Amino acid sequence: MRRCTHCHRALALAFALLLAGVHAAFAQGYEQALEKFTADSYSDTDAAVAGVAASGNPLAAEVIEALQAGNLLFSAAAKKVYIRKPPASLRDAATGQPVSGPEPAGLSPVRVNNRVRRAIEAAMGSLTLLSPDPARRFEAAKAVFKSKDAGVLGTLETAIGKESNPRVKRALEEARAAIVVGKQDASETDRVAAIVTLRDRGDQDARSVLAGVPAGQPDGIQKTLADAISTIDNRLAAWSVAQNFWYGLSLGSVLLLAAIGLAITFGVMGVINMAHGEMVMLGAYTTFVVQEVIRARAPGLFDHSLAIAIPLAFLVAALVGMAIERGVIRFLYGRPLETLLATWGISLILQQAVRTTFGPTNREVGAPNFMSGAFELGGLTITWNRLWIIVFAGIIFAGLLAVLRYTELGLHMRAVTSNRRMASSMAINTGKIDALTFALGSGVAGLAGVALSQIDNVSPNLGQGYIIDSFLVVVFGGVGNLWGTLVGALSLGVANKFLEPYAGAVLGKIVLLVIVILFIQKRPRGLFALKGRAVEA
Amino acid sequence: MITRRLIEAPDGRGWIFLGLLAAAAILVPCLNLLLPPTSYFHVPTSAVALWGKYLCYALLALSLDLVWGYCGILSLGHGAFFALGGYAMGMYMMRQIGTRGVYAHPILPDFMVFLNWKELPWFWWGFDWFPFAALMVLLVPGALAFVFGWFAFRSRVTGVYLSIITQALTYALMLGFFRNNFGFGGNNGLTDFKDILGFNVQAQATRATLFALSALALALGYLIAQMVVCSKAGKVLMAIRDAESRTRFIGYRVESYKTFVFTLSACMAAVAGALYVPQVGIINPSEFAPANSIEYVIWVAVGGRGTLIGGAVGAILVNYAKTTFTTGLLAPYWLFALGALFVLVTIFLPRGILGLLPQRASPSPRLRGEDRGEGQHQAPASPLAASHPNPIPMPEGHGDRGSASHLRQRSAPQPAE
Repeated sequence: MRRCTHCHRALALAFALLLAGVHAAFAQGYEQALEKFTADSYSDTDAAVAGVAASGNPLAAEVIEALQAGNLLFSAAAKKVYIRKPPASLRDAATGQPVSGPEPAGLSPVRVNNRVRRAIEAAMGSLTLLSPDPARRFEAAKAVFKSKDAGVLGTLETAIGKESNPRVKRALEEARAAIVVGKQDASETDRVAAIVTLRDRGDQDARSVLAGVPAGQPDGIQKTLADAISTIDNRLAAWSVAQNFWYGLSLGSVLLLAAIGLAITFGVMGVINMAHGEMVMLGAYTTFVVQEVIRARAPGLFDHSLAIAIPLAFLVAALVGMAIERGVIRFLYGRPLETLLATWGISLILQQAVRTTFGPTNREVGAPNFMSGAFELGGLTITWNRLWIIVFAGIIFAGLLAVLRYTELGLHMRAVTSNRRMASSMAINTGKIDALTFALGSGVAGLAGVALSQIDNVSPNLGQGYIIDSFLVVVFGGVGNLWGTLVGALSLGVANKFLEPYAGAVLGKIVLLVIVILFIQKRPRGLFALKGRAVEA
Repeated sequence: MITRRLIEAPDGRGWIFLGLLAAAAILVPCLNLLLPPTSYFHVPTSAVALWGKYLCYALLALSLDLVWGYCGILSLGHGAFFALGGYAMGMYMMRQIGTRGVYAHPILPDFMVFLNWKELPWFWWGFDWFPFAALMVLLVPGALAFVFGWFAFRSRVTGVYLSIITQALTYALMLGFFRNNFGFGGNNGLTDFKDILGFNVQAQATRATLFALSALALALGYLIAQMVVCSKAGKVLMAIRDAESRTRFIGYRVESYKTFVFTLSACMAAVAGALYVPQVGIINPSEFAPANSIEYVIWVAVGGRGTLIGGAVGAILVNYAKTTFTTGLLAPYWLFALGALFVLVTIFLPRGILGLLPQRASPSPRLRGEDRGEGQHQAPASPLAASHPNPIPMPEGHGDRGSASHLRQRSAPQPAE
């Protein structure tokens, strides 16, 4: 509150001076104001800040900035003020000319206290509203929108009049509207116009400005106000649905990445691979190692680290997967429950191996430039890494579909899926197909690891967090059908995010688990069940 | 009549097992309480508590073996029933703390006072009365298993699908119990117990009694399970395990049998949990972790599934190994050992340690030949029957009841699956 009154006073003064502005008086006003700095009293400094800010002199901003930084020096004897440019150069604040020769004696910095600091901030606000740099004007407009300081109104009007950049102009107008809407002495038409401007802005901030207008306004205003608030509410609700949908899509793509490899191995081989999560983890650690090597050897390649990591992660995970298949799983065909136990054992071993090698703590995996940051789309904030992961998931999905559809391996895999013995009779080496399928599924999990390393902690437990979810996706979507996995992953992701606001993150997840459990009761073979004789009686 | 059946049920190996349990139940408490600590034969109290814990695990493994070994239901969620039983007992003991808690509230347990709760939630009512708590130990997990099983088996969820939803069940419960507002102490669970039925839980005599009770519970659990297995219903269960569809076609209501055995097993697991909690002094949501439930399965696999005793033996052996491993220099390698155990046992010891013992009239273990040949997972989720290519030997001495002969004849291919 106190801060406001101070700003208010300083800016009111600035405003008054501005209105009174005759051009000739400006230069004079600037020098007079400058002189007040030499008085070495806080109230004079306060007045000087306001005076300088209102003067419109091109040096004004520099002077205020120097004051803020403690680089404004004065000589009480000579009644002169200097700006010091670190380290040594000195300029006359009145003329802007560098001081030649030795430094004048008896210089000391102008002292500031909290009150002066507040005046400085207010002065900076109004000065930057008129700054030649559009980005700074935009920032200033946003600051005024937040502070809703009626004292800046005059400066705002001037700024709006001069503004040519539409984006900045809009921000300035919104700032003016935020001030005018609460101003009891403004005309009704102005205030209604202000409400409309805010309504069109339509975000949470605009709503809180509108909601902050005290009750008991004239009928016309009250009604427009209520309408505007409900319009904004509707808009916000629509955006929040969009937001949930986006988050759901993002989660769904992560689930898809984690589950799609599982869908292949489970679908083709009927093998429950509990070590699937560890393949994801291996992919993430491969990314980590690649980045470490790049950091040490070729820092320039860092932005390409993921591109390098992707094939390596695929290879590492695929090789480990093939080793598991050849070494363990092929002895257990026809015994899915035992396979489950054996692969669980393998997952324990892999986890512990990674823990011993890399340590139990989280490892830092950096994001290349193109994946950091975010952009705004309407009411949504979209981070690049999430967007890229969705794209990546889409590419992998399409790639796998193509492999299954158009390659010989895919043909054989589909044949083995639908009837193993018949496929075998047709001279398909089912053992080899099993090994390749397992390698492919594991390799895809490794790719998922590269993506997940960007959004999750790279730790030995990385895979564990996804394994149950992945199974639910596969089981929900139906086995042996990639489209089922896609639909399963996206619907579970979206459902999760829509449940979260009502039930909270954990409870939402529980509700979802229960829903999936009930769903499996209803359709024990998932959404897209295999039909025909291959299915169990 | 039930008593007669109970006594008739065990075979020779069963009597040895029961004898060992009885000896342990009597000797260990005596050696602990009566002998001075300096004596060579003295059993330290810590060992009594540790072995009491193993016995609880053994009962849990036995209950799991009942459903997995005899009915082919691989439950990856048995930890849920174990933990629920433990929580019921923990709630009773929390209420017994009374004013001795940190906040000395006469009714509310400490964590509720800490969370600023004013009243006891309805689901805590009655838990200060032991018979009610004891009833709940059986009733809550039993009801959960009944409802879950009824839904799952009715819609014919089998094999790996069932395993996964049981895992999801325990995972959901774990997430729930981790929440503070769920009303069960959240993250920290229930701990700091003082009394059970008026006896100090820390006291040497109480621990010895709990050990004896655990041994008795294990013996009783074994007798009940053995009775079920040897009964006519037990034959049907095994028929379901070996050829579910065929059993259904013959006219048995497969889902009723499965629900029955699943519920019974859940109750046994719950009793194990209830006895486990006073001995270890804490119950928290990590007991629900899916990883634990999978570990329980490996105990059964190590011991030899479909033998009942095997589950108990496996639980004790694995846990003894775990204690030895994790307390020494080898601690970082425990997970390697456990993982290797999973892999090696499933590949090389499909019938567990008990399968190594000499068998009288053992059915030929046709292991891999059959696997690769017939019925090899044409469907993504192979029918359960295909997952048990080798008939598990029946307890001896009951061939006259026609059970073993049924199994031995099973060389014909499975029904069209």
